[in-house]
Amino acid sequence: MTWDTDFAISILPELMRGLWVTIQAVALGMSIALVLGLGWALARRSPRRFLAWPASAFVEVVRSTPLLVQIYFLYYALPSIGLRLSAFPTGVLALGLHYSTYATEVYRAGIESVPRGQWEASRAVNLTRAETYRHVILPQAIPPVVPALGNYLIAMFKDTPMLSAITVLEILRRSQIIGKESFRFLEPLTIVGIAYLLLSLLSARLVSRLERHLGRIQAPGLEGATS
Amino acid sequence: MIESNTGVWVRLLEGLGTTVLLTLCGSALAAFFAFTAGLARLSKDVILRSLARLYIELFRGTSALVQLFWFYFALPILLDIQLDALLVGILVLGLNIGAYGAEVVRSGLQSVPREQIEASIALNLTPRQRLRQVIIPQAIPIMLPPFGNLLIELLKGTALVSMITVTDLTRAALYWRDETYRTNEIFGGLLVVYFVLAWLLTRGIRWLERRSIARLGPGGNA
Repeated sequence: MTWDTDFAISILPELMRGLWVTIQAVALGMSIALVLGLGWALARRSPRRFLAWPASAFVEVVRSTPLLVQIYFLYYALPSIGLRLSAFPTGVLALGLHYSTYATEVYRAGIESVPRGQWEASRAVNLTRAETYRHVILPQAIPPVVPALGNYLIAMFKDTPMLSAITVLEILRRSQIIGKESFRFLEPLTIVGIAYLLLSLLSARLVSRLERHLGRIQAPGLEGATS
Repeated sequence: MIESNTGVWVRLLEGLGTTVLLTLCGSALAAFFAFTAGLARLSKDVILRSLARLYIELFRGTSALVQLFWFYFALPILLDIQLDALLVGILVLGLNIGAYGAEVVRSGLQSVPREQIEASIALNLTPRQRLRQVIIPQAIPIMLPPFGNLLIELLKGTALVSMITVTDLTRAALYWRDETYRTNEIFGGLLVVYFVLAWLLTRGIRWLERRSIARLGPGGNA
């Protein structure tokens, strides 16, 4: 059995519907990751240990355990605490939580790269800690780390097929269903692979364009000590 | 609480064994692909360089789970052979992480100061000796931290093989859940086991880092 182009063309619309679900999951998941990631970063820098310590523990555990297990955990455990979500929101939440732990390291690098003098100056003009973050530190910390966050967006795209494990009809799940119904796996899976390749190349180009516009942060902790 | 049931424990231990096996064999294979492709990327031969580039782009550009499915469901159709799911798992994890590792190897080798290469040419070392005795020993301490991150990614990736019917730790836990419905304890415990495995791997890499720096001798630093 070899490649059948007519069959490949006939399943394209169905796979593209799956790709659209993938894109929606990434858009929503990344929004959650960006917000929560910043939250963890600020909590970990907080002088209050009851905020800093749980945030660090959460980040460590979530980042070093498999996303697939976290997806199952949320899918099966959330209902037991009374939260009934269907598969898609559960998957989006899992993606968002998992990637928030990567995003938080990126934010940390950005925040640490803001010179210490900025903190001292804010203190001299009597800004509170919250005001300092909002008006002084974050506006300087975030733009340089946008490309790094973009790389995690690409990574999240590549992890989204895991949502098929909890029946989300994203592109990989649809290719499996087509395969099982038609007994042809070669065409649907190859198309999924090509779709991913094109998407990655496209988004990598976007990220490198962002990098040129916004500059780039190197390793965490190297730039902070300039003043 | 969870009743003690020998059958379940045996299956969980077997699952743990499979996960460890996948991690060890997968990382050995990944290291092999990383060094082969990383060195080929720096080769003078255009064909070698393009092949390495193609491999890296293909495996970094597509999803690990898609690769796993493609090798398990589609490749056997093309080649008309039956592939063992565990072998496919090891192969795909090795290929996938190896592609990321190749870029680590390339940038690690490139970060060794140029004078080191010039000095070894002056000392009349062959290209092979230059690489093995001068460049690689100095590049290793630079490569180890990113390799450590990739190793954790590989460990996390092993859970994916549960989706192509391999009974690893995750699949064993899923069976257990189907029998007992003790969802929270089972998946909570599963996360703890993976966390401990990741912690052990991180420790191991730290130890290797210290050792590789020590081996450079006095004055050597990364």
